[in-house]
Amino acid sequence: MFELNKTLTFQGFLLLWKEIREFLITLGNIGCDFSRVVVHLLKMKINLKEVIEQSKRFAYDSLPISLTIVGMTAAIIAMQLAPELAKQGGADYTGMLSALVMVRELAVVMSGFAIISMVGSSFASEIASMSVTEQISAMKVLRVDPVEYLIVPRFLAGFLFMPVVFIISAFFGLICAGAVSHYCADLSILNYITSMWHGLYVRDIFIAILKSAVFGGTIALISCSCGYATRGGAKEVGLATTKAVVWSFLAIAVWDFIFAAMFYL
Amino acid sequence: MSLEVKNLNKTFDNRKILNNISFKVENGQTLGVIGFSGSGKSTLLKIISGILYEDSGEIIYPQNSEIAMAFQYSALFDFLNVHDNIAFPLMERKEFRGKYTSEEISKLVAQKLKLVGLEGIEEKYPSELSGGMQKRVGFARAIVTNPNIILYDEPTAGLDPVTSTMIEDYIVQLKKELNAACIVVTHQLSTIKRAVDSVIMLYQGNIVFAGSVQELLYGNNEYAKQFVSASIQGPMNIATK
Repeated sequence: MFELNKTLTFQGFLLLWKEIREFLITLGNIGCDFSRVVVHLLKMKINLKEVIEQSKRFAYDSLPISLTIVGMTAAIIAMQLAPELAKQGGADYTGMLSALVMVRELAVVMSGFAIISMVGSSFASEIASMSVTEQISAMKVLRVDPVEYLIVPRFLAGFLFMPVVFIISAFFGLICAGAVSHYCADLSILNYITSMWHGLYVRDIFIAILKSAVFGGTIALISCSCGYATRGGAKEVGLATTKAVVWSFLAIAVWDFIFAAMFYL
Repeated sequence: MSLEVKNLNKTFDNRKILNNISFKVENGQTLGVIGFSGSGKSTLLKIISGILYEDSGEIIYPQNSEIAMAFQYSALFDFLNVHDNIAFPLMERKEFRGKYTSEEISKLVAQKLKLVGLEGIEEKYPSELSGGMQKRVGFARAIVTNPNIILYDEPTAGLDPVTSTMIEDYIVQLKKELNAACIVVTHQLSTIKRAVDSVIMLYQGNIVFAGSVQELLYGNNEYAKQFVSASIQGPMNIATK
């Protein structure tokens, strides 16, 4: 019995070590790829054609799902918040609360989630497939830098166009919240807009834009890095995509905490 | 002399993949590299092409040499059509960017496609092509920069005998057209007989045979005999590879 426990404990430790090792390797890969991207950016080794191509994909492809998720969430919150506030005599605060929640947190985090599922996962699976089918090796033999061609444009697209997605989504979310408040709590649109401006500061908008840029860059970097490090076959492509999604969700949560602690603590 | 490999060594996970490999390939010559799966053939090509780094040893070729590689599964970019696949190095490689107009690129692409017997398929995507056609498009992409060293990784693997013969003929034709030094990694005796001038055989990372095709087929080397006769009995033990 003692021997069995010892073996199980040992196997448990081995499993734990394997997980820790895997975590550190992934973190190391992401760090290495980030440093490569920074070096390329500093040397201005940027493939503009690809940046435009990926930006279209990042902003245009993810917009419908971002708008849907942010719009629905804003509407649901307003649906529950506005009648309650109206009952307590605080209907005038509906716009302010909606703006606060939407701009500071909801729009950026929700559109981040939408982008992870829509764009990040496709970045990861695409690059992972290229890696396992030797397309990245072919690129190296043809003397085309894969980092410059694949990773830098996606990183830049994420960094530059996530703020665009965020701004449009937040605006749409506020419209949805306003419409639902009007319908559910009989709140006038004018009141909603006036109240909204009481809760919204320019500083909040800038912080949210910066946060969305960091989220976008992080999602693109993690997705590309997980794809780029893939070796093996179809199973590994699937695992790389899952890893990219999980790591991106985690990274967004961590960044969100860091931003909140930095600017609102 | 166009390509010389000197004392090349490579180890993966404490396993010696290449052990002191040396050979030369002259311009206009094709060297066949044969051996069991896992004997280090593809690793050798990857090191010569720059995909992998050697642990020690030297790969010597004249400055400004252009190395091209045709991959086992073609490695065509599946998000680009045939035209853009072949034009890829001309459009994306730093030293070629802006050097050619789009008309010149299209002309070059058509020329290379003609060389491998595939005309008018520029707009097709790799998924719309057969395995043999993909290989030939891979060849066209490899030669679009007029390389003087061409590496072929199992060019006839998975193809029917007739298509294999066609591919072998293209290997010979491209070598003549470009006067290139070629290395062909293969398992197929037909490829050795038709497309190769000399042969080395790898076993457990070592060269166990080096000589002409005739010596491989009819000589007294035990390793060569076992390979040619496809015999389980012989100095090469598959179980321990």
